[in-house]
Amino acid sequence: MNQLNRLDRGGRVDRSRELSFTFNGQSYRGYAGDTLASALLANGVDIVNRSFKYSRPRGIVAAGAEEPNAVVQLGSSEAGQVPNVRATQQALFDGLAARSTNGWPNVQRDLMGLVGKLGGGFMPPGFYYKTFMAPASMWMTYEKFIRKGAGLGRAPAERDPDTYDHVNRHCDVLVVGAGPAGLSAALAAARSGSLVILADEQEEMGGSLLDSRERLDERPADQWVADVVTELSAMDNVLLLPRTTANGYHDHNFLTLHERRTEHLGETAPEQEGRRPVRSRLHRVRAGRVVLASGAHERPLVYGNNDVPGNLLAGAVSSYIRRYGVVPGSKLVLSTSNDHAYRAALDWLESGRDVVAIADARAEPSGELVEQARAQGIRIIPGAAVIEARGQNRVSGARVARINIDDFRVEDEGELLECDTIASSGGYSPVIHLASHTGARPTWRDDILGFVPSLVAGVQAAGGVQGIYSTPEVLVDGWTAGAEAARAGGFEALEADLPSVEMRRDGEAVALYQVPHQKATLRAPKQFVDLQNDVTAAGIEVATREGFESIEHVKRYTAMGFGTDQGKLGNINGMAIAARCLGRAIPEVGTTVFRPNYTPVTFGAIVGRHCRELFDPKRYTAMHQWHVEHGAEFEDVGQWKRPWYFPRRVQGRQESMHEAVARECRAVREKVGILDASTLGKIDIQGPDAREFLGRVYTNKWAKLAPGRVRYGLMCKDDGMVFDDGTTSCLAENHFLMTTSTGGAATVLEWLELWHQTEWPELEVYFNSVTDHWATLTVTGPEARKLMSEVTDIDLDRDSFKFMDWREGKVADVPARVFRISFTGELAYEINVQANYALHVWETLFAHGEKYELTPYGTETMHVLRAEKGFIIAGQDTDGSVTPEDLGMYWAIGYDKPFSWIGKRALTRPDTARADRKQLVGLKPRDPGVILEEGAQIVFEPEHAIPMPMKGHVTSSYYSPTLDSGFALAVVKGGHHRMGETVYLPMVDGQVHEAEIVSPVFVDPKGERQNV
Amino acid sequence: MFYIYCPYCGEHREEEEFHPKGEAHIARPSDPESCSDEEWGDYLFFRTNPRGIHHEMWIHAVGCRKFFNITRNTASYEILETYRMGEQPSITDDSREPLDVAQARTENTPADNLEGARA
Repeated sequence: MNQLNRLDRGGRVDRSRELSFTFNGQSYRGYAGDTLASALLANGVDIVNRSFKYSRPRGIVAAGAEEPNAVVQLGSSEAGQVPNVRATQQALFDGLAARSTNGWPNVQRDLMGLVGKLGGGFMPPGFYYKTFMAPASMWMTYEKFIRKGAGLGRAPAERDPDTYDHVNRHCDVLVVGAGPAGLSAALAAARSGSLVILADEQEEMGGSLLDSRERLDERPADQWVADVVTELSAMDNVLLLPRTTANGYHDHNFLTLHERRTEHLGETAPEQEGRRPVRSRLHRVRAGRVVLASGAHERPLVYGNNDVPGNLLAGAVSSYIRRYGVVPGSKLVLSTSNDHAYRAALDWLESGRDVVAIADARAEPSGELVEQARAQGIRIIPGAAVIEARGQNRVSGARVARINIDDFRVEDEGELLECDTIASSGGYSPVIHLASHTGARPTWRDDILGFVPSLVAGVQAAGGVQGIYSTPEVLVDGWTAGAEAARAGGFEALEADLPSVEMRRDGEAVALYQVPHQKATLRAPKQFVDLQNDVTAAGIEVATREGFESIEHVKRYTAMGFGTDQGKLGNINGMAIAARCLGRAIPEVGTTVFRPNYTPVTFGAIVGRHCRELFDPKRYTAMHQWHVEHGAEFEDVGQWKRPWYFPRRVQGRQESMHEAVARECRAVREKVGILDASTLGKIDIQGPDAREFLGRVYTNKWAKLAPGRVRYGLMCKDDGMVFDDGTTSCLAENHFLMTTSTGGAATVLEWLELWHQTEWPELEVYFNSVTDHWATLTVTGPEARKLMSEVTDIDLDRDSFKFMDWREGKVADVPARVFRISFTGELAYEINVQANYALHVWETLFAHGEKYELTPYGTETMHVLRAEKGFIIAGQDTDGSVTPEDLGMYWAIGYDKPFSWIGKRALTRPDTARADRKQLVGLKPRDPGVILEEGAQIVFEPEHAIPMPMKGHVTSSYYSPTLDSGFALAVVKGGHHRMGETVYLPMVDGQVHEAEIVSPVFVDPKGERQNV
Repeated sequence: MFYIYCPYCGEHREEEEFHPKGEAHIARPSDPESCSDEEWGDYLFFRTNPRGIHHEMWIHAVGCRKFFNITRNTASYEILETYRMGEQPSITDDSREPLDVAQARTENTPADNLEGARA
């Protein structure tokens, strides 16, 4: 197919490098240097999408990030699918395959268009919700089709083969945007010697200078650009980041820059050292100073049918002609409120095509460009505007009429001009998005008819972003900002060194947003404000009539400025229309908040390398490999991988979890079992005041704990609620070893530090985490002593090494600390050895343990065994609202300790002392086959009308092989005084379980077994 | 993301190394047993939550593990100073005297209302 709109010469494309690509399955050709958008226009492709709500045909409108319509799905393979790519920002490469994201079954023949056409007049804002909401159950069904019709692009269904990097950077000056202001600022800052990063989102640096008619130092503008880029790229203190969008401006001058390293080559990016190159980088930049040189977006005018393909921004017309050598049509009508847009008509004419007329909203247009146009013989219609476009799939004409802006009405019938392209310009909106991310509200300026950013500390704005549009002034402003930013960082800035540019005399612009029509807004042809979200001037008017007066409400009601567009083209026009409807001025209506990201960022770039095995660290114990080799199933406990249970093959069949746990439980109760308890938090506490400190943070007494002894302790917050528990051993007079729950290790260490550093710095005490240094092996069961006696030199006599004693000695010839602590209720030895000896000790125990049927067990069996004994797990049986008294653990509360320990005072607060608090009890289901659901609610009156008063809930529930019954721990209001009562647990499926309140200690209530 | 000067390490570090620990200068009453329930409840639960100047405690969690204080503007997120534990801020919100919360509540709220709120 011919590139029918391509000029023979001009533009920055390389006509010697022809590239082929497909769009919606059709093959086309373009040139190196094209964007997908310029290549589509060169090939005369008018319709690129269907609109979001009305399914109207849409064409390319802009040439940059502000493009609302040409949002495409990229990728020739499933894994290479990229949604939400703007064709205007995608460089063309050979073999590029793109599809419209909208349009079902396709953009040319669209079924939803019928809905838009038939229903168009009846589709006010909120149409889908208002129409399809009832019955609510059907919304999911409707939504599937509506979504399919709307089509918002899709993620690849296959795993992403690419890698993405995060890079942390610091610099003195970060310049955002490499147009005239940004280049000039970067040059000033760089020559001062400061560390500079210059980021620009386009394929090439240069911004507006790449399609400018102006001459710098008597040369084409792009030559100055080339000189500056060459100079900057040769400097060691400058990092140039082309194809890089500054997407977010966060606190304290932290910006995220998304650098697209291979998107311009897509799937054809060559491998580097046998690997796919890193696709994109997210630069996380902490900048000393930021110079925002993000320029301005042209505002389209809002007139009837302004969405028909062939309606473009005036500046985009110039860009396509001058930068890409593409004229997007043959007969142009320009509708403008300012001088600058005249460039489009001049460029068009110079390309050898017809300019039908320029409708200028001003009564007496008079600037230099206007005079040039007149001199070329272009017809200028003053005091007029295009009020309505004609055409279905492409503009076929423009109705131009004289308008009265102040009274918002059309003065005459006007005339219908035959044309295929309408370019419009309603002035320029500074790109204030980044500055707004900081939370600073922008300020309206009547002289430039736009919002300019309010600036937080550490940032400067230069050029178009603060409403300075004349090239020589922009260059000076950029230099000033760059030099100032460098000086703020302590660098000496040099004298300005800038090219000479002729100052152009421009006539004053007029404020025009929505163009009046003969018909009232609600009855006129649709006048689109936000093309991406299909928001019309009528929609905004309806919103204001329905009482949505705040611009934030109007936004949410109409969806204006939502989505990937973030109000780049439409926001100001929308506010102006709302202001007109409400009879207020634009600054009174205010602006909505722009949020990061400025343009869409792929998840790959956000995630970087923090995915798959690097998503979250995994912690393994020293015996992990043994567990793997012995078939353990694992459970995640925090970041730890803990053996859950060890299923065996019995008669050629793998045990179920239930069978394995029952076997493991019996082994511990009848023989001997071993648990890898290395994940328990361990904190080494030393110092002359260590003992005093323990007395303050634990609920119980520590004053008399002798070296060689161990004690269980409860820890509360100062509100009296239990938050962790564990044992602490006295290693020496001033030396203790504290254990915490696996999940609580880091929290408890910080808790101890908090109290030491902030409340009691006078206490001399030191804390160190030794969790990883020591491995813990728990040998427990009636045969534990016999097994231990074979591997240790420690005297195990029950009278000299008593329950809650610890001894130092050797186990398997390795130095060890052995603690007689029991979490199972059986005789138990907790062996601590240096982690790197642990596997050896573990294997030695198994070598000796065979004759005792030593059985490894996991966390599930540990849970069953401890629950049978009524031992709590902090965080499971407690939830931050349970006091030691609620647990019935009065024996662990030192009421008469001299220091008012943490949590003590709160125990006498009226709420904490209530008799009907939820208290820990045991539950015995009436039907022993029932295992109550953890979290199930407990009621006293199952016949009570719903809602039944809820009196408690199940915290732990298991099957006990020892009892051959289900059993549970629960918290029940006033439970300590309800022993023997029956409670009820209504389930979701309508069943109601019955259970008896019993003591939480189900096995060996006298505690004799741990002392055999 | 904040850029925080740790007064112990003596340098600016990224926020990822820190986490906040709530309002600063909430001292635990030296004799909890002599506090009324209201006073103890105020110590436990009531915070000023101002818009503007706020003194808050942070910890350099994956750095030096030290707690320290920050004076921060909660509206602009500007960090005005950081200072060590035990030191006093040099920047305070003079326009609004830091009100003793316990005092303000007992002065302005009838006692029976208080009880109702606690029941």
